[in-house]
This record gives sequence, structure tokens and C-alpha cells, in this order.
Amino acid sequence: MELHMEYYLVISTIMLFAGIYGFITRRNLLAVLISIELILNSVDINFAVFNRYLFPEQMEGFFFTLFAIGVSACETAVAIAIIINIYRNIRNIQVKNLSEMKH
Amino acid sequence: MNFLSLFVLIPILSMCGLFFSKNLQQIRVAVATGASLLLVLAVGLVFAYLGERGAGNTAEMLFTADTMWYAPLNIHYSVGVDGISVAMLLLSAIIVFTGTFASWKMEFLQKEYFLWFYLLSIGVFGFFISIDLFTMFMFYEVALIPMYLLIGVWGSGKKEYAAMKLTLMLMGGSAFLLVGILGIYFNSAGTGMPSMNLLEIAHSHAMPLALQRWFFPLVFIGFGVLGALFPFHTWSPDGHASAPTAVSMLHAGVLMKLGGYGCFRVAIYLMPEAAKELSWIFIILTGISVVYGAYSAIVQTDLKYINAYSSVSHCGLVLFAILMLNQTAMTGAVMQMLSHGLMTALFFALIGMIYGRTHTRDIREMGGLMRIMPFLGVCYVIAGLASLGLPGLSGFVAEMTVFVGAFQNTDTFHRVFTIIACTSIVITAVYILRVVGKLLYGKVVNDHHLALTDAVWYERFSTIVLILAITGIGLAPLWLSDMISGSLQSLISMLH
Amino acid sequence: MEYTTLILILPLLTFLVLGLLGTKLKPFTAGCIGTLSLAVVVLLAYSTAWQYFSIPRVDGVHAPVIPLNFEWLRFTQYLHIDLGILLDPISVMMLVVITTVSFMVHVYSLGYMHGERGFQRYYAFLSLFTFSMLGLVVATNIFQMYIFWELVGVSSYLLIGFYYTKPEAVAASKKAFIVTRFADLGFLIGILLLSYYTKTFSFEILTSGDASIFTGAAGTTFMGCSVISWAMALIFMGGAGKSAMFPLHIWLPDAMEGPTPVSALIHAATMVVAGVFLVARLFPVYYLEAPDVLVLIAVVGAVTSLYAAVVACVQTDIKRVLAFSTISQIGFMMVALGVSGMDGHAGLGYMASMFHLFTHAMFKALLFLGAGAIIHAVHSNEMSHMGGLRKYLPVTHITFLVACLAISGIPPFSGFFSKDEILAAAFMFSPVMGVVMSFIAALTAFYMFRLYYNIFWGKESAHEHTPHEAPKFMTLPLVFLAVVTLFAGFIPFGKFVSSNGQEYIIHLDWSVAITSVIVACISIALATYFYRKANPIPDRLATTFSGLHRAAYRRFYIDEVYLFITKRIIFNCISRPIAWFDRHVIDASLNGLASMSQWVSYNIRGLQSGQVQQYAYVILFGTILILILVLI
Repeated sequence: MELHMEYYLVISTIMLFAGIYGFITRRNLLAVLISIELILNSVDINFAVFNRYLFPEQMEGFFFTLFAIGVSACETAVAIAIIINIYRNIRNIQVKNLSEMKH
Repeated sequence: MNFLSLFVLIPILSMCGLFFSKNLQQIRVAVATGASLLLVLAVGLVFAYLGERGAGNTAEMLFTADTMWYAPLNIHYSVGVDGISVAMLLLSAIIVFTGTFASWKMEFLQKEYFLWFYLLSIGVFGFFISIDLFTMFMFYEVALIPMYLLIGVWGSGKKEYAAMKLTLMLMGGSAFLLVGILGIYFNSAGTGMPSMNLLEIAHSHAMPLALQRWFFPLVFIGFGVLGALFPFHTWSPDGHASAPTAVSMLHAGVLMKLGGYGCFRVAIYLMPEAAKELSWIFIILTGISVVYGAYSAIVQTDLKYINAYSSVSHCGLVLFAILMLNQTAMTGAVMQMLSHGLMTALFFALIGMIYGRTHTRDIREMGGLMRIMPFLGVCYVIAGLASLGLPGLSGFVAEMTVFVGAFQNTDTFHRVFTIIACTSIVITAVYILRVVGKLLYGKVVNDHHLALTDAVWYERFSTIVLILAITGIGLAPLWLSDMISGSLQSLISMLH
Repeated sequence: MEYTTLILILPLLTFLVLGLLGTKLKPFTAGCIGTLSLAVVVLLAYSTAWQYFSIPRVDGVHAPVIPLNFEWLRFTQYLHIDLGILLDPISVMMLVVITTVSFMVHVYSLGYMHGERGFQRYYAFLSLFTFSMLGLVVATNIFQMYIFWELVGVSSYLLIGFYYTKPEAVAASKKAFIVTRFADLGFLIGILLLSYYTKTFSFEILTSGDASIFTGAAGTTFMGCSVISWAMALIFMGGAGKSAMFPLHIWLPDAMEGPTPVSALIHAATMVVAGVFLVARLFPVYYLEAPDVLVLIAVVGAVTSLYAAVVACVQTDIKRVLAFSTISQIGFMMVALGVSGMDGHAGLGYMASMFHLFTHAMFKALLFLGAGAIIHAVHSNEMSHMGGLRKYLPVTHITFLVACLAISGIPPFSGFFSKDEILAAAFMFSPVMGVVMSFIAALTAFYMFRLYYNIFWGKESAHEHTPHEAPKFMTLPLVFLAVVTLFAGFIPFGKFVSSNGQEYIIHLDWSVAITSVIVACISIALATYFYRKANPIPDRLATTFSGLHRAAYRRFYIDEVYLFITKRIIFNCISRPIAWFDRHVIDASLNGLASMSQWVSYNIRGLQSGQVQQYAYVILFGTILILILVLI
């Protein structure tokens, strides 16, 4: 069976919207973070797929994907550090409780 | 460097001095030196000006200097004075001087207080020496902002509310003003490079009447807010009531004159045709101001409110006279600015001194103070008599010049409003005598007041300086009125 | 005659010295400084008068002399206020009157005010008043007169309120100032109108009789009267205010709260006749340009005179009686001016008015100073506390009697001569006016003798301590003024003062003279019958006509009308609503603007919730919306 490009794209689209849905609806910071990872990963897949299928002789897509994975890893590390700190401070990581800095 | 810039430089230097002073003694030395230098400079300027005019110099502005500031927009720092600005500078110097002494015994944060006070005076002096619209507007804003802090921090009563209200209303006014000034700027030279210079704009006559009609009301209202134009005057009672003594003095004495001076120098001088066409609207408003302020003052019970409403009435007369658009009335307007500045400063100084002793400003809670503090009582009576226009004091010459001038306009509209404005002299007598009768005469209402003392040296000093200025103008007004009316020639020729 | 400048400068200097150094000086020293400087002024004034009238006449008139005139304030090319000294017959006459009475009052006050708190201040104010009053009469132009007019107003205010801890005195001083100020508003507008059309303030030009200066106003009318008439009527309003003409008279009776010598000086002899002087000063303008106003003046004068005479008959406070009598006599002077003509015999009224001003100043000052001596003796103003005082106060009694006879018009006292001329002039004008004025003259004699008998005769009331005659400082002026009153009538007044400046020969109109003397005698006899001994008739009359009596005693409720206007209308119906309007409409609308912007920002701040998820939601749907809009 031939793997068409569309199969990948369908999966990445599902991942993207699942990520957005999760980002908007989840109240737990970790779940929000995972949703962001979903969005980023769906974009990574797209980069790789477009590169593989449309411009097989070039490598920019793969490199960009690698960069994005690296950046998102850093970002996740920072975000988890913040979340841990928040948890230490208020024993809670629910979004609705984080209104301390709003005012 | 032009010596007019000293008017800005001296306050800056005193601010530096203040910044480095370590104790109350040094602070006082710094402020007293600065204020005295300013007064000496202003008196010197009067003599220099009269000497120059006497020597036959007929230029419209004397001692002019011009420095390019921002070439792409043609903004200059240009200074120059004519008789009117000289009079206003003298007034400001006297008020700053006496105000400094009136706040000699400031209780807390003296250094910061005087810093703001001198920043305010930079704005005031800068405004009067500028002949460039941009610098004028800049100094105007410099004068407005410190007021917020001075009232908000050092004031009394509902000070935050009053400070906020005053600042917002005056800022609202200057928003109008900015639009007006930009309008003048972009229409100042037809197709050439737009100019900010007052003289250039006035002599180019480039602005079409259709546009003047739009920008004249904006500028007039913008400055009119500061000149307590009805119905934009309500900042004045609250603001004055909450402000500390010296700030009330400076504000009513000088800052409100910025409004009158601006109306004259920017609105009418630059847009004479529109002024002629639209003056009737503002004559109605100012006519209302004059009578309305006086009637409101009759029923007030707080000394500062009475005086604030009386200021509305007297400053209304200034704008009223300016709008009469003839030489005599305008001379009267400037004299009224001077006279009102001096006597209202005297009033506020005295009220501050009385309040500092009795801790109340409600006239129903005081009485018979004449016997307890004769010096302050006599000064208050003198201030009151000046306010109701006793000959020999400054109020009389100013009011009479205004009335005679206003009466030279023959049509019924002007005549009727002149007579309406004249009636204010009776109402003024009513509220002044009511206060004097309740406050100073009669029986002592509160027994604690019997232990109070009369004025001390610095209080006596500042009131005596003010009284001398008031009687000086009242007894020998001719040099002043000649100086002012001589400077009005070019404007009058533009109006006809 | 440059030294006349000193007449003005000396009192001013005295005022400054006493005002600034007053508390450092001993009271008596201060009094002496004031009195001595005024003594010099008196001498200077007499010498001025002597020298002025010895200048030979030019064309039969005493030409005006202007020893000093300088520009003080310039309004326009034509209109400028000058300060100067104008000497002409009436101003010289006024100089003499004012300095004489003022000097008498200064001397008298040394005794009367002895031991009072604020003695130095009192003399300072007296000097200020004398200065302003002298400046008023020598004014060279109408604006200078207005300046000094205001100054006398203020000195009167200060002197009425001299006892400033007494609420009545404070109220009275306030009332006097405000009422006259209101009248001055008319004066000011009148000046503005007159000067606009004639292009001058100067009396010399205005009264030159030259009709060409009024051509500017030709054809300008307002409500059927020429604009000059309006101007002159408004100027008269100023004069009516100072001279306490009906209905602006209400301040004068209350002004009696001031020290009695002040009442003698300001509210009897000098300041209150300023209105008469003003009309006399501008008489040619009135006569030539505004004859209708002259009639108005005559009518106002007659009404005032009648009103005041009626009220005076029932007052019980002796100073009040004298105050109303003053109002009534000033009414006489106004009537005389109003009925006067310009030339020859027609100018009788003018001459009579000035003559009466002169004699009245003397005998009314005498009456007030006498009243002061009485009050000094019994410490009360009420007639009921007096009676039978002739034994204790012989000097006061005799001098008071002289003054009463003078004011009633009994020959040979001075009042007879001047009042008789006024009656003659009134009869010349119209018989009705003559009869009315004669009736008022009869009333005058009646109430003056009612006063006299109630004070000096009748039942003696209980005194806490025996009344005693006043000290020398007080009796000397009384005697001097009584002597003047005795002989002043024989001055050939017409030689000095007349309407057109020509010499006026006084002829006694025998029929008028005899009638008026008979009428006065009848009135005096009636008063003697009623009041010399306890007599029930006055009380019975008072109960029979109780309504009229009460109305007259309450001065026909004019004060209440004013109180209603000021308290109810101005205070409650204008000022309060305006103050309310200011706070609750104008200020509230601005506050409303502020709270509206606050409300708006409060309501839209929900958009900036700080919830990132909400932002993402909005971004998402916003993007979708834009996509849809773009694609469609």
C-alpha cells in the first residue's frame, strides 16, 4: 500500500485541532503544555512531510523540524520549571487559580 | 544668551540648589535667593523695557532672541516681551516671591514641595516669555502638571479628588488647545514652510476665515478653561479649596492669568477676523461668568470657596474685556489680570494664615477675629476693599478701564452686557462685606480663638509686599496703562 | 493759590500717620495730631475762601480757578481721569462748611470719645473721611468725583462700623455701604453714558453751557427720553443714594449706630449733602439738556421730605428723629434745585438750596452734637429715658434750642432765611409744591419741638446717677455752632453763590415769610401743648390712628420690603439656586463625564482578562471569521 501525503496531513491536522482544543479547554497547566506540544508536533510532521514529498532533493524542512523540536524541548523545560514553582507556591496548577499577577 | 532666559534659568538653578540642600535652613536659603533674584530681575525688566521704549524703540517685541530647536518642523525656542508680558512677568515674580514666604513654615517634605513649586514657576515664566507657539505650549504643560502633585500631596480636605479634577479638566482644555495650535501651525504660511512664531503668523494673515472659525473657538475654550470660563470653571473652587496656601496663591494669582494671556496672545492675536465674528458667543459666556461667580460667592460658607467664586467672577471680567476688542478694554483686561492676581494672592495668603491658626475655614465658626489678630484683620479688609474696587487700590483702575472701554462699543448687545457686568460691583460688595462682617467683626464665636496670635514676620512680610503692590498700582496707574496700551497698537490695527 | 493742595494732603497724611503708627501713640496725642492738622486745614480753607472771593469778578462772575490738575489715568484719546482742584463758588463754600464742621467734630470727639477703645483708629478714619470729602467737592471732573465718592462711602462704612463688636453697627455699616453702592452703580453707568456722548469728564466743559458737546447724543433716545436725560437721571440716582432720597434712604437711620460725632459730621452735615452738591455741580447740564430730570428731582425731593417728616413725628430714638429730619431737609434742598431756573430771579432755587445746605450743615451738626452730649449724660438714645434735662445740661439746652428754632424757620436764626427762600422758589414753581413744602416745614417745627420738650422738659425719668454737663471739649463746639447758627442767616449768600455766577440780590418774599413763620409758630405751640407737660392727647391720637402710627413708626415698612428683596429674592431665589446649579448641574455633569468614562472602561476591561486560553479562543475564531469573510 502506497503512503500518500494526505494520510500524514490528516493525522497532523487531527493533532493540531486536538492541540488547539486542549489548549483552550484544559484547565490544568500540564495538560495545556501537552496540548502545545501536540500543536508543535503536528507542525513538525507537516514540515517533514512537505519536504519529503514535494522537495525530496532539499533538506530545509528536516532541519527546521529538528530546530523546532529543540526549541520546544527548551520551552517545555522552562514551562515545567515555572509550573513546578507555581505548584510549590500555591499547591495548585489549575489555570483559573492563577490570577495573582493579573492586577 | 538673552537675559529673558534667566527667568527660566533662575528657577532651574534654585531647583539644583534645592536638590543638594541638606536641611531646612539650606532649603530656605535656596528658595529665598531664587525668589528674590526673580523679583529683582522682573523689576529690572520693567525698567529696561520702559527705558527702551522711552528711547524710541518701536519694535513690537523687545529683547527678542531666537534659537532653532528642531529644524524639520521649524520649531524655535524664541523669546521676546512686550508691555503685556512684562506686566505678567512682574506679577508672577511678585507672587512667587510672596508665595515662597507664605510657605516658609511648610510642615513636611519641604524640599520636594519647593522643587515642584519651582518647576511650576518655570512653566509660568517660560510661558510669558515665549513667542513661539510650541515652546509656549510646552511651558504651559510644564505649569499644569506639578499642580497635581502639589495639591494631591500637600493639600487638605478632598485633595486627591480635587487634584484629579483640576488636572483632568485643564488637560482636557489643553487637548482642545493642541488641536487649535496645530491648526494654526499648518495653516500659518499658505504653501511655504509652516511657522510656529507668533509674530510671523500674525503678520502673514495666511489663515482663511473659514478655518479661523474652526480653530478660534478651540483655542479660546482651551485657554478659557484655565481662565475659569463658564461652564468650565468648576475645577477652580474645589482645586483652590484643597490646595496649600502658596499653591492657591500661585494658581489663582498667576496660573489663571495664563488662560487670559493665552486667549489674548494666541486666540485673538492670531485669528482676529474670527474673533470679531464669534466674540458674541463668548461675551455671553463671560458675562454669565462675571455675574454667576459673584452670586455664587454670596451663599458660600468656606472662605476659599468664596474667594474661588470671586475669582471666577473677576477672571470672567478679564476674558469679557478681551472680547470687547478695543484698546481701552483690553488694557483694562491686562490691568485686571494684574490686579486680580495680586489681590487674590493676598486673599489666599490671608486665608491660609487664618486657617493655620483657627483650623477652620467655615465663616460660621469664626467671628470677631479683628480684635484677636488685628494685623491679619486689617489686611483682610484691605484685600476686600481692593476686591470690591475701592479707588486707590488696584481693583478700581482695572475695573473702570474695563467698563469705560467696553462702553465704547455702541451696539445694544455690548452695552447690555457691559451693564450686566457692571452690576457685579454691587454683588461683590455684598459678599465681601458679608465675609468681613462675619469673620472679623462681631463677637468672638469660639473661645479657643482668644488664645491665637497675630501674624509673624514672614507672614507680615509677604502680605505687606502684596499690599504695597496693590496700592502702588492703585495710586499711580498711568505708567502701567500706558505700557500696556502701547503694546496693543498692532493688534488693534489688525482688528480694524 | 497752590497752597490749597495742602488742604487735601494734610488730612491724608494725618490718616497715614495715625493709621500706621496709631497703636504706638497715646490716644490723646493721636487725637491732638488729628485736631491740630485739621485746625491748619480750616485756616487754609478760610484763607482760600477769602482769597478766592476777593479776586475781582470777570463779566460779573467769579471765574473758576484750577490750581492743580494732572492726568491720573488715560482711557482713550478724549477720556482720561484727572486729579485736580477746582475752586469755584460752590466748592469754596463746601470747603468752608466741611472743614468747619469737621474741626468742630474733631474737637468735640476729644471729649466724647475719651477712653474709647480704638481712639487712634477713630481719628485716622475721621481724617480719611475729611480728605475724601474735600477731594469730592474740589473735583475737576466727574470721574474724580466718583473716586472720592467711593472713598467717602468707605470711610462712612468704617466709621459706622466703628464699634465693630456690636452686631447692629456691623449690620448698619454693611447696609449703608451696599445701598449706596447700588446707587453708585447708577452713577457709574450714568457717567459712562454721559462721557461716551460728550467725550469728556471735565466739569468745566460740561457746565460751560455749550450745547455743541451734546450734539453727539442728538436723536439718540431710549424709551422716549433722550439718552442724556437717562444719563443724568442715573447720575442723580447716585446722588439720591448718598443723600438718602426715597427709596434709597433706608441706610441713613441705621447709620446712627456709629458714634454720634460721626453722625454729626458724615450723616448730617457733609457726606449726605454730596448728592445735592452733585446736582448743583451739574446744574447747567440738568437745566439745559435734561429739564425732565429736574422735575423728577423736585418730585423725589418732595416725596422724600414729606415721608421723612411724617416718620420723624413718631420716632422715639432721638438720633433716629434727627436722622429723618436730615433726610427731610435734604429733600428740601433737592426740591429747591429741582424747581430752580438758571438766570436772574429764576435762579432763586439754586441759591436757596446752597444756602440751606450751608445753614443746615451748621445747625444739624449742632443738633447732633447736642444729642451726643445728652446721650453722654444719660447713656441712652430713647426719649423715654430723658425728660427734664434742662436743669442738668444748661449749655446743651440753650444751644439745642437755638438749633431747633433755626430748623423750624423762626427768625432771626439762619434756618429761617434759607428755608424761606426755598419756599418762595417752590411757590414760584407751582402753588401745589409751595403748599406741600410749607406743610412739611410745619411738620418739621412740630417734630423738632416734640423732641426738644421730650428731652428737656416733661417728666423727669429715674436716672442711675445724676446727669452732668459735658466737658469743655464738647460744649465749646456747641457754643461756636450756636453762634454761627444765630448769625449765618445774615450772610449775603447770593453775593457768593448763584446759579449763573452773577450776583443775586436776596429779597425777602414777605407774604411767604410771614405765612411760614405763622405756620411754624402754630406747630411749635401745638408741640408745646402736647409735650411740655404730660398730656394724654398724643397717646390718645396714637391709639385712635393706631394703624397709621404703627406704619409710621415702622417707617412704612420700606425696610421690610428691602429685606424681602435681599433675603428672599436675591439670597434665596437667585444665589442659592445658582450655587446649587453650580454644584449639582455643572459640576455634576462634569463628574458624570468622569464616571461615565469609568463605567465604560469597567465594562470593556473584561476583554483583557489575562486568560491566555481566552485569547487563544478569540484568536482562533477571529482567524476563522476573517478567513470566511475573505473567501466569500
